[in-house]
Amino acid sequence: MNDLKKTRLNQLEEKKKLLRVKNEDKKTLIEVQNLKTYFPVVGGVFRKVTGYIKAVDGVSFSINKGEVFGLVGETGCGKSTIGKTLVRILEPTSGNIYYYDKVNLRNNQKQKVKIDLAKLNRKEMMPYRSKIQMIFQDPYSSLNPRFTVGDIIEEPLTVHSGKRKENKDTVKELLEKVGMSEEHIYRYPHEFSGGQRQRIGIARALSTNPELIIADEPVSALDVSVQAQVINLMQDLQDEFRVTYIFISHDLSVVKHIARRIAVMYLGFIMEIGPAEQIYNNPLNPYTKILLSSVPEGNPRKKAKKQPLRGEVPSSLHKPEGCCFHPRCPIAQEICKKEDPLFEEQKKGVFVKCHFPGKF
Amino acid sequence: MAKKEQKELLKVENLKTHFMIEGKKAQAVDGIDLKVFEGEFFGIVGESGSGKSVTALSILRLIPDPPGKISNGKIFFRNRDLLNLSWEDMRKIRGNEISMIFQEPMTSLNPLFTIGFQIMEPLMVHRNMDKKEAKAASIEMLRKVGISSPELRVDDYPHQFSGGMRQRVMIAIALSCDPSLLIADEPTTALDVTVQAQILELMTEIKNKRKDSAIILITHDLAVIAETCDRVMVMYCGKIQEVASTINLFENPLHPYTKGLMASIPSLTRKKKRLNVIKGNVPGILSFPPGCPFHPRCEYRMPICEEAVPELLKIEKGHFVRCHLYSHKGKQE
Repeated sequence: MNDLKKTRLNQLEEKKKLLRVKNEDKKTLIEVQNLKTYFPVVGGVFRKVTGYIKAVDGVSFSINKGEVFGLVGETGCGKSTIGKTLVRILEPTSGNIYYYDKVNLRNNQKQKVKIDLAKLNRKEMMPYRSKIQMIFQDPYSSLNPRFTVGDIIEEPLTVHSGKRKENKDTVKELLEKVGMSEEHIYRYPHEFSGGQRQRIGIARALSTNPELIIADEPVSALDVSVQAQVINLMQDLQDEFRVTYIFISHDLSVVKHIARRIAVMYLGFIMEIGPAEQIYNNPLNPYTKILLSSVPEGNPRKKAKKQPLRGEVPSSLHKPEGCCFHPRCPIAQEICKKEDPLFEEQKKGVFVKCHFPGKF
Repeated sequence: MAKKEQKELLKVENLKTHFMIEGKKAQAVDGIDLKVFEGEFFGIVGESGSGKSVTALSILRLIPDPPGKISNGKIFFRNRDLLNLSWEDMRKIRGNEISMIFQEPMTSLNPLFTIGFQIMEPLMVHRNMDKKEAKAASIEMLRKVGISSPELRVDDYPHQFSGGMRQRVMIAIALSCDPSLLIADEPTTALDVTVQAQILELMTEIKNKRKDSAIILITHDLAVIAETCDRVMVMYCGKIQEVASTINLFENPLHPYTKGLMASIPSLTRKKKRLNVIKGNVPGILSFPPGCPFHPRCEYRMPICEEAVPELLKIEKGHFVRCHLYSHKGKQE
């Protein structure tokens, strides 16, 4: 945002898109407040809106610089929607996405500000699109089959730097960083295996030197023996570039391995958020506990300690009253059917959405 | 696991299946020998392209010909050679004595027929039931696989069911004729962990109920194998690499591929800073390496691995491995 003129700064400030920050919030990179993303459901001849799918229904969390933040949950819980809303591929219905940034004022002083990505228009969003990059799940469909690998990695560079040439060296460097070589530049995606394509996707995400990478199920489509390679690569790159990751996955073992802090989602809500160790060793929300107990251990002598979950995930079109988990919860009481529990801090850094945290 | 007098249910001998792809021969299954006993939960584990699904389809003779062809081998099911049966006799076995659960519950149900009809169909074909009886039986099946209010849901269409429920319906269809052998091809891969736990429990329950039947579970997930199976076969590039009891395989894996696979999986309980890695990629079906197919990725590679395909060696009772590292130890089998 160095090119922002002071006048622009004031304009943004007036429209409440930008807030000045005191130096206390040094570590925070992104702060999400009460974010909601709804999808309208239309029906009838006149395409009238008949209801909303509340994919993300009021989530709040913040992520520090250099952190690996894991987002886990089952299919349809809204974890990918959060990822896409943060980069504004999807439009948030309400809520704030504060991105912490430094801005150069006219007198060359730096001012820490937080910018509400949810309110920016297309043009204002541009600089942040290079700072926040995404890695997609399916390496077979997220690369353009008509582009060479070089073009794929170069495209974000051309778009964001405006330069047409001089990018080739950067592309070579990036390919080497992700464990591929210069000779791959002129080849096409179909010539590569899934693991290699995912490496290309990672190189593309790194090309703009981002501060935040949102990885949406980056290893789910890969073979087991290749998964480990990509996970290790992502960890190495994090050490090297100090980027922040939001790692979205349904695979709890993978998330535990890579993430330092974890949020568990269910039906568009965050049920529990906290340090990885805490979540895995001492889950406070019954849903987290059941979810973890469903993961097969990979030890043939230690099976069946599971508490299988009753019933099915309700539709996010008609969510249950009260706590969204109560129809399936083993310890649900009367209050759970009526009142939606608050998302409260139970221990330091551990937020839980439950009337009876730790009772199960 | 080792019960007395285990009766052989299925015996496959030197099965070879290939596909013709663009004029080239792709050997998807290359000499598989396996035995499945009554009352057994048998696992086949391998990555994509290892030939595990083709093995299953070959057993049921569901390989599309052309381009595929079962070129060699014998498949004995209750001492009948399936490969010599007429098409008509084979039809009587499919869905009746051997049935299969497919990977994608989303696509393997016909969207134009009700759930009830799809469960009734095998009953009417194989058991000569009339519609009324079949419907009653299908409601009973739905109840067995844990679908609530089955009387109402029996007339629903597949799109009204969630993924986990569709897989339950698939299981209900597969079990409707009370088969002796159930082949489940990645039954939980498309499902969430909580639903996976439910389905695996259901399958274990089914197996425990009928002592003379067996289940073959095909998966890429070793943890699922650990949870359910008695015996495991590890496949890579169309060949058996290791066969052992589940406990033996997990506590004493012999093949470098099995070892590597186990070390590369992150675990909930063990803590590790870095994952071990098997370098390289799974070779494509048209470019299986000569010699031991795993040699380009193997840490313990020796000159002989590039030239000769190792034999499947017996290391101890019930534990077989295909690797040159053990050639001095094991007996050829």
